[in-house]
Amino acid sequence: MQCCVCKEKPATVHLTQIVGEKMQKLDLCEDCAKAKGINDPTSFAMADLMLGLGASQELDPSAGAVEVKCPRCGFSQADFKKSGRLGCPECYQTFAEGLAGLLKTMHKGTRHVGKAPEALRKSRETGDRLKLLQKKLNKAILTEDFETAAALRDEIKGLSGAAPAKAAK
Amino acid sequence: MKDLHQFLISPSQAAQQHGPHDRIVMSSRVRLARNLRDLAFPGWAKKPERVKILETILPAVSALPEMADSFAEAMDNLTALDKQILVERHLISREHAAKNVGSGIVLNREESFCVMINEEDHLRMQALRPGFQIREAWNAIDRLDSTLEKKLNFAFDNELGYLTACPTNLGTGIRVSAMLHLPGLVLAEQINPIIQSVNKLGLAVRGLYGEGTEALGNIFQVSNQMTLGESESSIVERLEKVLSQIIEHEENARQTLLEKKKKVVFNHIGRAYGILANAHLISSKETMNQLSFLRLGVDMELFPGTNRALVDELFLTTQPAHLQKQISDKLTAEERDLIRADMVRERLKSVSRPVTQ
Repeated sequence: MQCCVCKEKPATVHLTQIVGEKMQKLDLCEDCAKAKGINDPTSFAMADLMLGLGASQELDPSAGAVEVKCPRCGFSQADFKKSGRLGCPECYQTFAEGLAGLLKTMHKGTRHVGKAPEALRKSRETGDRLKLLQKKLNKAILTEDFETAAALRDEIKGLSGAAPAKAAK
Repeated sequence: MKDLHQFLISPSQAAQQHGPHDRIVMSSRVRLARNLRDLAFPGWAKKPERVKILETILPAVSALPEMADSFAEAMDNLTALDKQILVERHLISREHAAKNVGSGIVLNREESFCVMINEEDHLRMQALRPGFQIREAWNAIDRLDSTLEKKLNFAFDNELGYLTACPTNLGTGIRVSAMLHLPGLVLAEQINPIIQSVNKLGLAVRGLYGEGTEALGNIFQVSNQMTLGESESSIVERLEKVLSQIIEHEENARQTLLEKKKKVVFNHIGRAYGILANAHLISSKETMNQLSFLRLGVDMELFPGTNRALVDELFLTTQPAHLQKQISDKLTAEERDLIRADMVRERLKSVSRPVTQ
């Protein structure tokens, strides 16, 4: 097995961390493990490490292809690799694909749960409700339960009329 | 411009602040990261853009009812010593102390709220409380955030939540943390397994000054790491549970040490007293480590009549920037060690030797 940092030497240090129901695994060679400070458990935090690794692994799916730049701020993947920070809020859209894997290893989930600005809270709730109804509708159609489907369709119509288009996305 | 040093609570007053379980939990903090929509994050924004962001945020924050009487200033108006003092008071991060033009700070009179502007994010808002009060701190910063969002347009995405410069803060943008004094667990050699099991729960354990610092004076910071996919209240609740358990382990460790390793404990406390009360040259690092045992001695009632506040005050006043402020900012490290030792000896004159029967 190869070290997942330098991708050269064989991995001799294997780490496993269980967070919630997810298991995170790292395989490192001795030098990289030392460089990341893993022999000192007091200073070691897996997520700190994952960030550095993920940055080079996950955000680079199009190596060799044309470099993607954020249309709003001009930030590039290479910049992220260097700093581990993004350029502007819109970068999350620009680099969504590359970030998805990284977020999965870093966090408990990939969807925000919790506070939202009050102005957006209502449209957010409507959006959630619409998604749920659409799912039910699809199921009803599949099972040919047309009576339920019709009722769901009407409810969706009513809701999407009330909600701004953005929330239904 | 207000004078920072007239504004700040004096070290002796700061040491007098009390909260639940403050024997072990020195302080609680909740910070929220927020950014303005459509603008580059501070690390990527050009200087004029950062200045504009600061000019938008600083007045908005200063106008909050919680900040009615506040110290609000651009970082470039503070001296290096001022900034270092703010770091030693745990009011700003070391990263923020390195900032200049285009960054700012708003601190309220009670020092219960401190907002950093253009640190890693446009806004890093913190609520600070003495002792174990993370829920109170969360409620306070939640209210402040709700008032502020009416005036500023925060970057928020339906899927990803609050958008932050670093993906590690994405979602709630929350970091809940507590500063713990754990000499019992260190002496009982139980600290490493505790740190490891806390790490396994997805929580971080760090040293006194946050990321990448060592645990001077047996002081540790415990905080959440994950911010996406878990609500603020559930994070606070989880931290509360883990912290309560650490408090219990620390109390048990102290009890067991007194029952089984009394001499070891008395030895550490006695030596700490001996050194602090008699040294003529002492580094800030050694001071911290010895003060930790002195604090333990006070908790174990080996210094009758001595208040923990005396030790906590020395924790602050013996640090490099605080020392320089009291004397002169042109002191060499050796001169500081000399003055520090003089000061500590003087303050410990009224403290008698530990009572160990």
